[in-house]
Amino acid sequence: MSRWQQSPFWALSVAILRGFLRDKAAVFFAVVFPLMFLVLFGGILGNQDQSKVELVQVGAVPLVDDLPKDARTAFQQTFEVEHADDRDAALAKVRKGDADVAIEQRGGQLVAHYTQTDQVKAAITQGTLRAFVDGANVAATGQPPAYSFTAEAVEDDSLSVIQFVTPGLLGWAVAMSAAFGSAATLQGWRQSKLLRRLQLAPVGTGTIVGARVAVTLLIAFGQLAIFLGLGAAAFGLTLTGSWWMSIPLIAVGTLCFMAIGLLAGALAKTTEGAVNLANFLVLPMAFLSGSFFSLDGAPAWLQRLSDLLPLKHLNSGMLDVMVRGEGPAAALAPLGILAGFAVVVTLLAARLFRWETT
Amino acid sequence: MSAIHVTGLTKRYGDLVAVDGVDLDVAEGEFVGVVGPNGAGKTTLLEMVEGLRQPDAGVVEVLGEPAWPRNPRLQPRIGVQLQASSFFERLTAREQIRTFASLYGVGRATADGWLERVGLTDKAESRVEDLSGGQAQRLSIACALVHDPELVFLDEPTAALDPQARRNLWDLLSSINDRGRTVVLTTHYMDEAEALCDRVAVMDNGRILRFDTPAALVRGLDAPARIRVAPGVLSLAQAAAIPGVTETREDGDGVVLVTRDPAGVVGALAASDQLDGVAVQTATLEDVFLSLTGREYRA
Ligand SMILES: Nc1ncnc2c1ncn2[C@@H]1O[C@H](COP(=O)(O)OP(=O)(O)OP(=O)(O)O)[C@@H](O)[C@H]1O
Ligand SMILES: [Mg+2]
Repeated sequence: MSRWQQSPFWALSVAILRGFLRDKAAVFFAVVFPLMFLVLFGGILGNQDQSKVELVQVGAVPLVDDLPKDARTAFQQTFEVEHADDRDAALAKVRKGDADVAIEQRGGQLVAHYTQTDQVKAAITQGTLRAFVDGANVAATGQPPAYSFTAEAVEDDSLSVIQFVTPGLLGWAVAMSAAFGSAATLQGWRQSKLLRRLQLAPVGTGTIVGARVAVTLLIAFGQLAIFLGLGAAAFGLTLTGSWWMSIPLIAVGTLCFMAIGLLAGALAKTTEGAVNLANFLVLPMAFLSGSFFSLDGAPAWLQRLSDLLPLKHLNSGMLDVMVRGEGPAAALAPLGILAGFAVVVTLLAARLFRWETT
Repeated sequence: MSAIHVTGLTKRYGDLVAVDGVDLDVAEGEFVGVVGPNGAGKTTLLEMVEGLRQPDAGVVEVLGEPAWPRNPRLQPRIGVQLQASSFFERLTAREQIRTFASLYGVGRATADGWLERVGLTDKAESRVEDLSGGQAQRLSIACALVHDPELVFLDEPTAALDPQARRNLWDLLSSINDRGRTVVLTTHYMDEAEALCDRVAVMDNGRILRFDTPAALVRGLDAPARIRVAPGVLSLAQAAAIPGVTETREDGDGVVLVTRDPAGVVGALAASDQLDGVAVQTATLEDVFLSLTGREYRA
C-alpha cells in the first residue's frame, strides 16, 4: 500500500464512496432514475419522428403534387403533409400551432404561411421550400443542373430527441446527485455527530471537504460515462467534435450544485429537511432549465428567468459542445457563469454553516 | 508538566450554567474519574477540555498546549470517545477503524489489532448499523485508542457493556494507564471508579464538589461501619450491649451492628467467640456520592 493510500484524504474519500455505493436510494436517484427518463425520452418518444414539419396543403399545389418520386420522398422526410380545401381553416390551424405551415400555389408562385413561434421549424420550412422551388425551376429549363446539392444530415437545429435530451437529463442528474450528496452528507454527519468526531482528528476542514468533492466529481463522471455509453449504444446518440468540453462543464457544474446542497444543508435542521430543500431547489430548476423539454417555444420572460438559473447554463453549454457541433469556446461562458454561482453560493453557505445542530 | 490544567472553566446555555468555574489539575500518567448525576456537566466539562466546545470563561491547557481554539498540535496526542458513538455510515467495523486509523496515519495491521483487543474480530465484517449497542460502544472506544494517544478521554465507556465486556475494558484501560498514558473517564458505576481511578472528581450542578482518591473520599465521609453476624449467634439485646455499637437491626440473614469502631466491636465478638459468618461493611464510594449529591432525581 502506498503512502498516498494511507493519507487521510484517501481514507475519507474511500469511506464516503463506499457509503454512497451501499446506499441503494442514493444510487437509484443518481443513476437509475435519470436513466429511466433517458430511456423514456430517447427510446420510446424518440421513435416518433418529432422533427417533421406539419404542413397543410391548401387545394392543389402542382409544384408538390407533381414532384418526381425521389424528390417526393425527400419532401416527405421533412414535411408531414395534410390536405385541406378551406384556406382560412388551414391558416387558423397554423395560427393555433396545430400545424407548422400552410402552403398554396397561385399560378407560378408558391406561398407559405407560417408563424415565427418555432423559429427552427420556420427556418427549415423556408429553406426547404425554396430549395424545392429552385429545383423545379431548374427542371423546367430541361437542362441538367449546373450545380447539384447533396444533403448530409449534421444534427444541429433539427436535433433528434436523443440528441436533445441526453445533455439536459445528464445536467439534471449531475445537479441532483451533487446537491443531494452534499446536503445529506453535511446534515447526516452533523446529526450523527461524526462531524464532531472528525473535528477531534488531525484532519483539516479542507481535507474533509476535498474528499467529499472528489467523490462527488467521480460520481458525476460516472454518470457522464453511463449516459453517453447507453445513449450511444442503445439510442444512436452521436457526439459532436468538442464533446470533451462537457468534462470541465460537469466538473464546475458539480461544484456549483454541491454549493447549493451545502446551502440547503446549512439552512435545514434535519437530514430529511436538507434533502427536501435540495429537491425543492433542483427539481423546478430542471424544468425551467430545459432538462426535460426545450424552452425554445417558451415565452420570452420565462427564457430570461431561466438565464438566472445555473442549470440552464450547464444544459445549454453541454448541448452546444456535445450535439450542436460548437467549438470548445462555446463552453467558456457557461463555465464562467457556473463558477461564479459556485463561489457566491459557497460563501453564502459558509456564512450560514454551523458545526452543530444547536 | 501536568496533563490537564483547568482554571475557572465556565459554560452557560442560556440561564443554565452547565459548568461553573471549575478548577482541575490532572498529572501525567494519572487515571481520573468524573462522577455525578445526569446533567451534572461532566460531558460539557470533558468536551471543553478536548477542545470541542468553546468555554465562556476560564483557561484550558492540555499537555501544555491551549485547547481552544482547535489546536492541530493536540489532536494526534489525545484520543476521545464521545458519549454518543459516531461512525461513517454503512461501513463495516473493520473499515470503520481502518478509516479512523488512516486519519491518524496508523496502518491497517494496528487497526485490526485493536478490533481484536475489544473482542470484535467476529464482527469485523458487520456494518456499524448492525452492531449491538455494546459492540458499537467497544468499536467507538477502539477508534479512540487506535493511535495510542498520550491522553485518553472516555465519556461513559462502559455504559452499554455486559459484565464480561466491562471487566475486559477495565483490564484494557488499566494496561494503557500502566504504560504511562493518562486516562480521564466519566462513569455512573461507583465500583468502576473505585476499582480503576487514582482520583475521582464528584461533580454536581456544574461544580466539582470533591476531587480525591477513592479511599480519602470514603474516609472523609466518616460513615459508620456495618457488621453483620450470622443468624442465631447473637441476640439483639446482646448485640446492643457490645461497647461502641450505636444501632442494631435483625433480618433473615442475621443481626446487623452499626458502629464507628469496627475494630473494637469485632474484637469483642472474637473475645466471646461469636465471629461466625461475620462480615464488615464499610462505606463505599456510592455512599460518598449519595451523601454529596443527595437522592433527588436530576432533570
Ligand atoms: N448544547 C446544549 N444546549 C443547551 N443545554 C445543554 C447543551 N448541552 C448540555 N446542556 C445542558 O447542560 C447540562 C449539563 O449537560 P452534560 O451533558 O454536561 O451532563 P452530564 O453530566 O454529561 O450528564 P449525563 O450523565 O446524563 O451524561 C444539562 O442540564 C444539559 O441539559
Ligand atoms: Mg454526559
